[in-house]
Amino acid sequence: MTQQTARTTAATAIDRMRLGPQPGEVIDRSATFRFRWNGREYPAHPGDTIVSALAAAGERVFSRSYKYHRPRGVLTASYLDPGAMVQVGDEPNVRGAHRLVEAGMDVRSQNTWPSLRFDVKAVNGLAGRFLSTGFYYKTFIKPERLWPAYEKVLQRFVHAGQVSPDTPHGYYDKRYAHPDVLVAGGGPAGLSAAVAAARAGAQVMLVEEEHQLGGHLRWGGEADLALLSELTGLVAATPGIEVLTDSVVLGRYDDNWVAVVQRNLPGVGERLIKARAKTIVAAPGLIERPYVFDGNDTPGVMLSTAVRRLINLHAVRPGRRAVVLSANADGDTAAADLARVGVDVARVVDARTGGDVVRALGRKNLRAVELGDGSTVECDLLVTATGWTAPTSLLNMSGDKPVYDPRAARFVPDPSQLPDDMLPAGGIAGDGTVAQLVDHADAVGRKAARRAAGTAAGWHATVPTRRDTDKADTVQDRDDEVEVPELEMAAHPEMFRAATHGIVDFSEDVSSKDLHAAVKEGYGSVELVKRYTTATMGPPQGKLETVNTVAIVAEATGSTVAQTGTTTWRPPYAPVTLGALAGRIFEPVRYSPMQPWHEAHSAAPLVAGQWIRPDHYGDPDAEVRAVREGVGIIDVTPIGKLDLRGPDVAKLLNLLYVNKWSKLGIGRVRYGVMCADDGVVMDDGVTGRLGAEHYLMSTTSSGAAAVWEWVENWLQTEHPEWDVHVTPVTTAYASINVAGPRSRELVGRLAEGVDLDPETFGYMQVRTGTVAGVEDCVLWRIGFTGELSYELHVPAAHGLHVWEALAEAGSDLGVAAFGVEAQRILRLEKGHLIVGQDTDGLTQAYSAGLDWAIKLDKDDFVGKPELAWQAQHADYPKLVGLQPVDPAVVPPEASQIITETCSQGRSINPETCSQGRSINTPGSRIAGRITSSRHSPTLGRAICLGQLEPALATPGTEVTVRLPDGRDITARVTEHLAAVDPEGHRQHVVSGDASDDSHRHSRGAARSPIAPAEPRDEVHGWEVSARRSTAELTISDATPLAKIAVRAPVGGAMQQALGVPFGRMARDRDGALVIGSGPGEWLVLAPAGTGASTRQRLEGAADGLDEFATVTDLTHGRALMRLCGARSADLLAKVCGVDLSDAVTPEGAAFRTSVARLVTDVVRDDSGTAPGYLLHCERSSGQYLFDALLDAGAEFGIEIDGFSTAGI
Amino acid sequence: MMLLPCPWCGPRNVSEFRYAGEAGTRPEPGQATPEQWRRYLYFHTNPAGWVRESWYHGAGCRRYFPLERHTVSNETRATGESR
Repeated sequence: MTQQTARTTAATAIDRMRLGPQPGEVIDRSATFRFRWNGREYPAHPGDTIVSALAAAGERVFSRSYKYHRPRGVLTASYLDPGAMVQVGDEPNVRGAHRLVEAGMDVRSQNTWPSLRFDVKAVNGLAGRFLSTGFYYKTFIKPERLWPAYEKVLQRFVHAGQVSPDTPHGYYDKRYAHPDVLVAGGGPAGLSAAVAAARAGAQVMLVEEEHQLGGHLRWGGEADLALLSELTGLVAATPGIEVLTDSVVLGRYDDNWVAVVQRNLPGVGERLIKARAKTIVAAPGLIERPYVFDGNDTPGVMLSTAVRRLINLHAVRPGRRAVVLSANADGDTAAADLARVGVDVARVVDARTGGDVVRALGRKNLRAVELGDGSTVECDLLVTATGWTAPTSLLNMSGDKPVYDPRAARFVPDPSQLPDDMLPAGGIAGDGTVAQLVDHADAVGRKAARRAAGTAAGWHATVPTRRDTDKADTVQDRDDEVEVPELEMAAHPEMFRAATHGIVDFSEDVSSKDLHAAVKEGYGSVELVKRYTTATMGPPQGKLETVNTVAIVAEATGSTVAQTGTTTWRPPYAPVTLGALAGRIFEPVRYSPMQPWHEAHSAAPLVAGQWIRPDHYGDPDAEVRAVREGVGIIDVTPIGKLDLRGPDVAKLLNLLYVNKWSKLGIGRVRYGVMCADDGVVMDDGVTGRLGAEHYLMSTTSSGAAAVWEWVENWLQTEHPEWDVHVTPVTTAYASINVAGPRSRELVGRLAEGVDLDPETFGYMQVRTGTVAGVEDCVLWRIGFTGELSYELHVPAAHGLHVWEALAEAGSDLGVAAFGVEAQRILRLEKGHLIVGQDTDGLTQAYSAGLDWAIKLDKDDFVGKPELAWQAQHADYPKLVGLQPVDPAVVPPEASQIITETCSQGRSINPETCSQGRSINTPGSRIAGRITSSRHSPTLGRAICLGQLEPALATPGTEVTVRLPDGRDITARVTEHLAAVDPEGHRQHVVSGDASDDSHRHSRGAARSPIAPAEPRDEVHGWEVSARRSTAELTISDATPLAKIAVRAPVGGAMQQALGVPFGRMARDRDGALVIGSGPGEWLVLAPAGTGASTRQRLEGAADGLDEFATVTDLTHGRALMRLCGARSADLLAKVCGVDLSDAVTPEGAAFRTSVARLVTDVVRDDSGTAPGYLLHCERSSGQYLFDALLDAGAEFGIEIDGFSTAGI
Repeated sequence: MMLLPCPWCGPRNVSEFRYAGEAGTRPEPGQATPEQWRRYLYFHTNPAGWVRESWYHGAGCRRYFPLERHTVSNETRATGESR
């Protein structure tokens, strides 16, 4: 056939089954376009679904069934249609009876091979033995060695389309919503409820699965269409209703947390809406259920609703000669519709008077129907109208268990079990005329609005973000006495299966015979039959199959439908793409201020929690040698840093650390170990005393967040009477460790006002001063690497400058940057433990080699009772140094140390052997493990740390280490943990002239963590973007503003002086912005460059007060950005779960929450009429947050605006 | 996603909070016997019903607060001594 003739055939084909104009049709006949179906071109009109366009052209088979590969056609003509799953381009499993066809669309059938017409897998129909009931559990299981072969064969039979690995990643979207009333279902009841709720003052979200509102009114007669236009007109005219079509409520979770998926958005795969609905109106309507008989899946057998949709919505003739099996009014209407459009209705079989069908004849197309009266009628269309299923999913997810009503022949909800915030309406609530259902829903809508108002009033009373003037207006008419009229249940014949067996689950190819077989095999409960046969487990998830399944199990077990009960409806209500569930991925990352240098110097990135750190710069061994022989610098910014202030800090340190802190002098530093209450080592680090009541605590990088929470826990819950303020300053400082015998020389070239002479600035001491022109740096003399070293903590905006200054000033000293890997080698050579690596969740402090630090003579410290116990019962594992006898073998970390069992062949003494388990070799057991291991470039041999049971921990003992490959090697326990310089001489090396250079350095421009957009400028010493945008929505970096944190008692004199409570923001007399960012916690924003003066002003205000108040400059510790524009709240709603409405967070609201999964402070600061927000977060995540907001704002046309110098 | 009634911030999604365990009183370490101490460390009542818990609002006010929660229905209620 030539292409020309193919087109002509298609053109005549559309004439063949397309009807003349219908009153409610949704197609636009003024336009025609073409698309491809299995490579052939077909015409379509806008508004056609894939299936309606193909059906109009006379196509009847759209897929092959799952197991038996039987041809399948239209069954429901809706989203649920199990026979209409197709592949569209790269996208598999598209619902062909729902998806609107588009010009040029490439649609293919799936689950067919080699073609829809000649499917070789249809042979499965003849090979029933292998696909019998429960075949998943019986076939292709043994012998196990053949599984890879089975898998390859089975993959070809999978009931799905194809995903190409080359498919580009789609953009999936997500947003939060906070409707007062969420109406699930946009049929007459849903529309009526939505209008009533909105008129009662509620913000309504109306969700409809189809492309248009109206439900069954759309395919009804004249009166239905009139009501449709009236109700949709009201929805459009009533303010406060957000209409989402082609969207579906997937599930209801705790506290009415509702997942809604919105499909077919331009440029977006799907969008997941996370809605917190104060009340839900569930109005999903009723779903027509298929009838079970022999041949009920033959193309041409369809439901009455399918026929009415095809005729009335898409003007498609469903067949030429029809038989209608009708048990209700909808069946009768379908027969009337068919007759009206000229289909020859050969017979209407009335089920209410005992009429029935026996079997459908035909394979790819219906030929004839055998009826209960023994006659056979030739036809190509059999319409069944045998009853309804109430999709009560949302109600069941709220606690309702449906009960079977035999008179109505369907499961109905029991509203008495429902919580107040879930209200059913429409068909699931009962039967009646459309007018009765609309009236009922109107009352439900009003009731829902009132209950929502009551909930809102309760919530509003507890949020601190509203103004005092907002408080009164929430109390509305909370009268709950809305009369909701009762709906009757209409009588309906119980019809599930004819005298013959047929398909029950069309998606999973489960027949009524399979269900009987399952019951015969002993699966009596419907929940077990479901799992054994997979009935109801296909894409429609029981909406078509459940009631028939239950009825047939009841029939097979000889019980009633009510006794059998139903399976459980669970989320999701409708299938959803994995992309929508995954949504956009928010993974906050943190960078140090020196990141641009690391990138420019080819650092290999190491992902350490959220931090991206340099692992090495090419050769870690060379980096180690540079530190041992000269000097190296490492970026240790991620080290946790807590600023501690107050008269009781020493008490706190004494409680949390195992060692003593009362006598730490100003300018001194001490190493400390923290344990949990069970004596297990939790964290370690050094803490220095900067002033009489001012300390700086450091923690491990990975433990920073947990230690902060830990400290707060003890202060807030156990010792609220202590005056201590804790401020995390991890990213307020860029931290640089300068290590090596020439480190004093290097630091001396840049430090001003700090005497580095070893006599005055000794080991374990701290000083503050200027480095490379940057004031307020903190210098500790400590040594994780075992070398003479200085750790410099530099105000973060100048971190890169100081780093570059060190690299330049030390070039003649051979200064090298070293990364985390070199640091790990250096510390292992020195025998310093890493908490979490050389210890685990069971390692108490004595097992970590920390005996010297633990002071059991202190009155109390966290972990003391358990450590006292451990000390008394000395039989605990020990941390030891180990060296393999063969210096070239580095046993991988976590290699087991094994030993002979204590008493081979005889009973094992549980006292001494309980910890050991046999590994592989009989007679051996685990006696410890390697916790750290590396090749030491300094010693030229393998070195290790390990946990070892005490009997083997004596220096000189030889132990067996089992490598992961099964080989055993011998290692010797060393005398010290340190392999290099155990005496600690290197720490006290005297080298070079520490102060050969006394000229003043320039500190350079301060830098924001957010790379400034071009063009750039310098303002008040900060490098900023000078870009100007006039876009409707802009984002700008406001990091240069001075940011001063104030801590003082809630409701005290300082709060009075600041004039702002927690949850609110205001501008003070001096033009600063005062934010009540936490209980007893304020952040004051002032113009760039005024940090020192603002701090002094606030300190002055605090000084005169008779309460404990502290002031800390956090200018370098926070990133700050401003969103401005009418759509800024819409942007934020995509990344922030807090209600951004005026009712909850009006102008001046201040709150901390998660924004794009990052803890962020948000301040509503409108400018004029345009809403605006200030957002601030930890400095290190500034670029991440800025990028996340830009991404979320793309759909609103967001642009970057440069730094504004015009006030705050 | 449950809502938790934060006594400072109002109702917020549970994902903003960290569960800090069943609320218990730390015995006086100097006086407690090892048995009492370990009962405090490791034994929890874990009832099917109302339980008094401690929560930390890490992504909000950063306060620890007590809360009563029903372990079967996940209903929550403030303890009265709200903060």
